Amino acid sequence: MLRASLRQISAALKEGQITPTELCQRCLALVRSTQFLNAYITVAEETALKQAEESEKRYQRGQPLGELDGIPIAVKDNFNTAGIETTCASNMLKGYISPYNATVVQKLLDQGAVLLGKTNLDEFAMGSGSTDGVFGPVRNPWSYSRQYKEKSIPRSDSEPENSNWVIAGGSSGGSAAAVSAFTCFAALGSDTGGSTRNPAAHCGVVGLKPTYGLISRHGLIPLVNSMDVPGILTRCVDDAAVVLGITTTYIFVCSMSLFRRLSQSKLNSIYPIYIFLFFSVSCHVSGSLAGHDPKDSTTVQDIFQPFALPTLTDVSKLSIGIPKEYHVPGLSSEILAVWSKAADLFKNAGAKVVEVSLPHTHYSIVCYHVLCTAEVASNMARFDGLEYGHRSDMSKSTESMYAATRREGFSDVVRGRILSGNYFLLKQNYEDYFVKAQKVRRLIANDFVKVFGSGIDILLTPITLSDAIPYVEFIKEDNRTRSTQDDILTQAANMAGLPAVNVPTALSERGLPIGLQFIGRSFQEKQLLTVAKWFEKQVQFPMIQLEEVKKHDDGVLQHQKSASFS
Amino acid sequence: MTPRNRFRWRVMRVLALCRWLRGGTVRALRLGAAAASSAPPSQDSVTVEVLDHLERLALVDFRDAEGVERLREAVRFAERLREVNTEGIEPLDSVLEDRCLYLREDDVTEGNCTAELLKNAREKVEEYFVAPPGNIPLPELEERDTFLKGS
Repeated sequence: MLRASLRQISAALKEGQITPTELCQRCLALVRSTQFLNAYITVAEETALKQAEESEKRYQRGQPLGELDGIPIAVKDNFNTAGIETTCASNMLKGYISPYNATVVQKLLDQGAVLLGKTNLDEFAMGSGSTDGVFGPVRNPWSYSRQYKEKSIPRSDSEPENSNWVIAGGSSGGSAAAVSAFTCFAALGSDTGGSTRNPAAHCGVVGLKPTYGLISRHGLIPLVNSMDVPGILTRCVDDAAVVLGITTTYIFVCSMSLFRRLSQSKLNSIYPIYIFLFFSVSCHVSGSLAGHDPKDSTTVQDIFQPFALPTLTDVSKLSIGIPKEYHVPGLSSEILAVWSKAADLFKNAGAKVVEVSLPHTHYSIVCYHVLCTAEVASNMARFDGLEYGHRSDMSKSTESMYAATRREGFSDVVRGRILSGNYFLLKQNYEDYFVKAQKVRRLIANDFVKVFGSGIDILLTPITLSDAIPYVEFIKEDNRTRSTQDDILTQAANMAGLPAVNVPTALSERGLPIGLQFIGRSFQEKQLLTVAKWFEKQVQFPMIQLEEVKKHDDGVLQHQKSASFS
Repeated sequence: MTPRNRFRWRVMRVLALCRWLRGGTVRALRLGAAAASSAPPSQDSVTVEVLDHLERLALVDFRDAEGVERLREAVRFAERLREVNTEGIEPLDSVLEDRCLYLREDDVTEGNCTAELLKNAREKVEEYFVAPPGNIPLPELEERDTFLKGS
């Protein structure tokens, strides 16, 4: 049952096959027994059980709040959650209990979701392996899967059995591992340069990065204000669409602002009609993550049409673009083969597959590096120990107290980025680096506009350079080098603000997941997810075989069979 | 012009003016360095003075030689941006630049949560956050406890 998809478990809850409390307890038990994965920083057992009990009462009354009612979810530890410690895996925020819920967290709780806990990440979401947080690295559940163990080179008896584990990817590695190990049915991550899609690819789950401005960032501790988005990690594309939202609350909000504006205008005659519409429409309030939030002025005010994800049968009208610059040096031959096979799959199904060019791709990682560090330098300035977080005992002056606090609270990675960012923002460097990077960003965004303007619907690209590598290999290079290597294929979508999704495609020779990325047009999540869903159905990615889950699971709802793609 | 469009026009003009002023200020400061700026600075620009200046601005320290090397690597990596021709291209601040910023009514809708906000502060007195004395600059390089001392 724990291996079911969100939709299936929601149906099971409605039919009474399982109660929310029982489901919550099973998930919590699995969290405890998979503690070696280090996916969770805080497990909110009491509050989760309370939420599950309330959900159960609603189901008994026959009034569930929606598809997410009673579903256990996990949230990355850089989202503020009221009453639960929010640390961003940093010493700076250890012990910080947030006084409010992030908007996306509040929306999920309003839908009845059960918050199991906060997941592990790289410190302040800086990294591509989930290895640099103060609570330790996250282990990829696939390291313990039968598929990986079968393909591993047998080790000698003297070596400990668990030294060959692979990284979960980052920086939302904890969220991806939590979903992948079946401890929860959906998780929130954040995506600044690929931080949702990278771990999703390594852990074999679906990772959706929505369009910038679609989902509120209020409550998400910011890294790069112009590129951050909350990301959604689920087991299948359908679930991601459910979490993103079917009906929306924005209609309600738009009504309020329109109503106010109308009352100031002279169109008194349409008042009665308007009031009627207002009440009839506001009855559809059934939340979603997407939609304008008055607390986040970078969310758009567009009215979005609610959508149920259609099942695509005919792809002949689709035009898929294959950007040739994404064939970067360092891309493993396995991933290249999977990418080509996917392109052929679309071609054989009748879609138009075209090679396109995004000429500034080679510079996008450099541009990202400069803009990211510059914005980080600004965003990390809020941590001075005065109002929240760690505070040093030094009290000679405010400046020395701030310096001591930040010296004690931040790790090398964070400090390195802050200092680089400040360097690029120095008066003598501002034009040469920061403004230049902003100009290059426009060139990159224009590349995408040109490609989508020429009739391409979706871009298909690889997402990682290789499958997940062992932790002992990963730590041989420093965080900055790793980030520049691993973010190379994912950050362009963040620079242009476009939606992108990782779909697990096949298993590598070592038995680890390989994913492919689809990039869509701005605010066209429906089209993006429709194509992704079709692709997911074609490739039939195998389910992870984990011993721990078998112990906690009786009555499995199988939803995927083998017939692997590779 | 509707009030909204007028506002937007005004904002765009102010932003353009700021950008022009900023460009002007930087040009003025680089009076003597105009010739030098075209050549890639790399190692030469990361001097001890610059490192000290960065430590003061950022209020974080370099900790060790690795920290300094990390900065040098970052700068070297960023040099590649010079290869791109950005003649006549405007900088991109936000991907949502074509849209109007949402402005809400100037009404107080929330607040009165002093107790909650003070909960997370370590040092407070009644309803005040307590800070050490201000207006005291960070000690000079020689007196500070920093790796850069003696470089």
